[in-house]
Amino acid sequence: MGAAVRALALTAGLLTPLFATAPPAFAVEIQRVVGASGVAAWLVEDHGNPIVSVAIGFHGGAALDPAGKAGLAEMVSVLLDEGAGDLDSQAFQRRLAELAIELGFDAGMDEFSGTLRTLSDRRDDAFDLLRLALTAPRFDQDAVDRLRGQLQARLVAQADDPGDIAGRVWWRTSFPDHPYGRPAEGTVASLGAIAPDDLRGFVARRFARDNLVVGVVGDITAAELRPLLDRTFGALPAAAAPAALPEAAPEAAGAVVVVPKGVPQSVVLFGHQGVKRDDPDFYAAYVVNHVLGGGGFSSRLTHEVRETRGLAYSIATWLNTLDRVGLVQGQVATQNARVAETLDLVRAEWRRMAEAGPTPEELADAKTYLTGSYPLRFSSTASTAGVLAAVQLEGFGIDYIARRNSYIEAVTLEDARRVARRLLDPARLTVVVVGEPEGVTATRSPPPDDGT
Amino acid sequence: MRRFARLRFGCAALLLFLAARPGAAAVFEPETFTLDNGMQVVVVVSHRAPVVTHMIWYRVGAADDPPGKSGIAHFLEHLMFKGTATLAPGEFSEEVARRGGNENAFTAQDYTAYFQSVAVEHLDLVMRLEADRMANLALSDAVVLPERDVVLEERRQRTDNDPGSQLAEAMRAALYRNHPYRLPVIGWAHEIAGLTTEDAIAFYRRWYAPNNAVLVVSGDVTAENVRALAEKHYGAVAARPVPARERLQEPPQLAPRRVVLESPLVQQPSWSRLYVAPSHTSGATEHAYALEVLAELLGGGPTSRLYRRLVVEDKVATSAGAYYAADALDLASFGFYGSPQSGGRAEDVEAAAEAEITRLLADGATADEVAMAKSMLQAGAAKARDSLSGPARTIGAALATGGTVADVEAWPERIGAVTLEAVNAAARAVLRPEGSVSGLLLPKPTS
Repeated sequence: MGAAVRALALTAGLLTPLFATAPPAFAVEIQRVVGASGVAAWLVEDHGNPIVSVAIGFHGGAALDPAGKAGLAEMVSVLLDEGAGDLDSQAFQRRLAELAIELGFDAGMDEFSGTLRTLSDRRDDAFDLLRLALTAPRFDQDAVDRLRGQLQARLVAQADDPGDIAGRVWWRTSFPDHPYGRPAEGTVASLGAIAPDDLRGFVARRFARDNLVVGVVGDITAAELRPLLDRTFGALPAAAAPAALPEAAPEAAGAVVVVPKGVPQSVVLFGHQGVKRDDPDFYAAYVVNHVLGGGGFSSRLTHEVRETRGLAYSIATWLNTLDRVGLVQGQVATQNARVAETLDLVRAEWRRMAEAGPTPEELADAKTYLTGSYPLRFSSTASTAGVLAAVQLEGFGIDYIARRNSYIEAVTLEDARRVARRLLDPARLTVVVVGEPEGVTATRSPPPDDGT
Repeated sequence: MRRFARLRFGCAALLLFLAARPGAAAVFEPETFTLDNGMQVVVVVSHRAPVVTHMIWYRVGAADDPPGKSGIAHFLEHLMFKGTATLAPGEFSEEVARRGGNENAFTAQDYTAYFQSVAVEHLDLVMRLEADRMANLALSDAVVLPERDVVLEERRQRTDNDPGSQLAEAMRAALYRNHPYRLPVIGWAHEIAGLTTEDAIAFYRRWYAPNNAVLVVSGDVTAENVRALAEKHYGAVAARPVPARERLQEPPQLAPRRVVLESPLVQQPSWSRLYVAPSHTSGATEHAYALEVLAELLGGGPTSRLYRRLVVEDKVATSAGAYYAADALDLASFGFYGSPQSGGRAEDVEAAAEAEITRLLADGATADEVAMAKSMLQAGAAKARDSLSGPARTIGAALATGGTVADVEAWPERIGAVTLEAVNAAARAVLRPEGSVSGLLLPKPTS
């Protein structure tokens, strides 16, 4: 149950990145606040509730984990709030709890992010705990061992989950020689190889002012924020270590991999090369994907697979825009007896979209959804701060949010047709099926187990 | 995605969304009124963005499924998107999506809820659509039968593919010996397979009426404009007699139960336990607020008693916690969970947790623990307005399970009033072996 919900939530996150203004006049007033140290933040003041949310991001994530130590960034993300400065793990956690400050970190493939949410009357303490976590994490052996054990236990618990298996196998099959093929969460063995000095090394290399973005939203003024930026981030090194991640291209195009698992429902993950975020065709691809499988109940795949035939509870596709490769991916789960039929439908819809693109009406509906739903992303301080950080990580300007919808609206039917043809090719789909599918012929074996 | 059964039984996290401003009694400061047809309306104003969440709650859930037709409340929730006298199947969703709206629905034991989040100028439209399907649902086998297959796939995805979910299902069936909370919200597979269009229509006609619904609107609105729109759309739907929610009640619980699930799909063992507990509306209700504090101090996070003892100090577990949700029309449950360290046994976690429970019952909690738990719960409440749909969810869940707006608003104050003695008394009242089910999820040796 948990796994299914999580997979869907993840999909939604990938599907709906960042968009701008809605049909009604909607504007987010963003100030750029720069401290004396040169650290800059985007700030949206909102004094409606006594709450402040902060989202930060550093470029560089799990894809930079050294060979044999996959999961390093992930381990850092769970250990930064397990003791820092003079506060050991329990003391740090108790301080957070006493002040009701929410602090968390997350390691993505290409970025490392953090969030802070606090009542505004204790925001100085909150920023101070963030500073400690970033600049003086302790990585005490006891805490390292405890959190490593938790991460390993989670991996073991997921080892037989069909959805998790499908993800691991798809990425290993598609990127056998690139860090993108390794799980960001590592393996039991690779987590076991990570020592406190590795964690300190990650912090020293990645956490730097030239590598940092900050978004702040809520009950705080620019004048109040400015000194906090210096106090919190001013002590970080000026520059991050150079990081080189090679370009990536998925291999095994067209392969079908079956991982036998004794479950009544097969999980199917499929995908092939897509477009990167800075591709001029990104917005057209985004709209095309929405019509094909991104748009929930309005998508073609949902209509064909779920509504008409009752083959699945959910089917979705999404654009996955990593720094070094763009992908279009999708997932569906159906009873073993109907996997072949479902896959045929996916491929047929893939082809139909490639050949003819969306209809004028589908294009119009996709655009009004994608533009009209944008304000919903600004309905809490935390979600707004997250958008501010994400936009900066992409390297977009401060006017991006105001312009975002115009990029969607500019997609023409010709653009959509051309990009659908460029984007989609059913023959190139790499398909991973986990379960006991009937009528599916594997063309390749699963890659060697990664030790989870 | 949408139209999912909310199978969660108790979750401390939910409580964090119950809420208020620090020091003040008010949480959401909602305005509430009742239409002439008996439909209650609650409005929470927030002008952060020009958007609104419109959410309707029916006071009917899976625990009201007729015998032998488990899953019908949830199945009907799916079918509510399948058209009305004037709207084609799927058109509801298309109308909302075309305007940039996000929508969803969920079913729990005590309620069924539908919501849309949209730009505020579309509130009129979503109210018209929601009022339409309150009165005019039109179903045929052509759309119902494929959707039944969808629900069976949903069940496979949530439960049949996942031994942990199967164990949770078996534990609930053992915890409640007579009350329908023993049945899964989504239903048993063989009963879902037999549900018909007629079953869905009969359930709809029995329960879906304005006088059995609560509307909660949260966002960039005023009570005046919500009232005008609600009278226009929902006011046109006539009240109908709705039966009382009479459910089979629990007999005394006399014997501890134990459920063990071994599966080749399990490599990481785990232990969990449920105790039958009072809710805000059933059983020894005077313990409900104290139980919320107890769950927080015992198992609410990394500084909680269970985590500190089992995970940090004794290193017998990699995770351990406790949870309790007081919003239930009938008896609730108080839960524990834990997973052993690598190579360890679930039984060792159970023994360590039991020792901790015994210690609590013998020595009581400390004043410091109680104070800290109360302040964490209240701070969570203070942040609850920082969300569009959160207030609507909290208020709707309370009102659908016998609570009032005043109860929601007074929550931080009532948490603040919980004493150490009350926490200890609640622990002794609820943490009794004879009212419990223990569950072990274990690897199955392959040969």
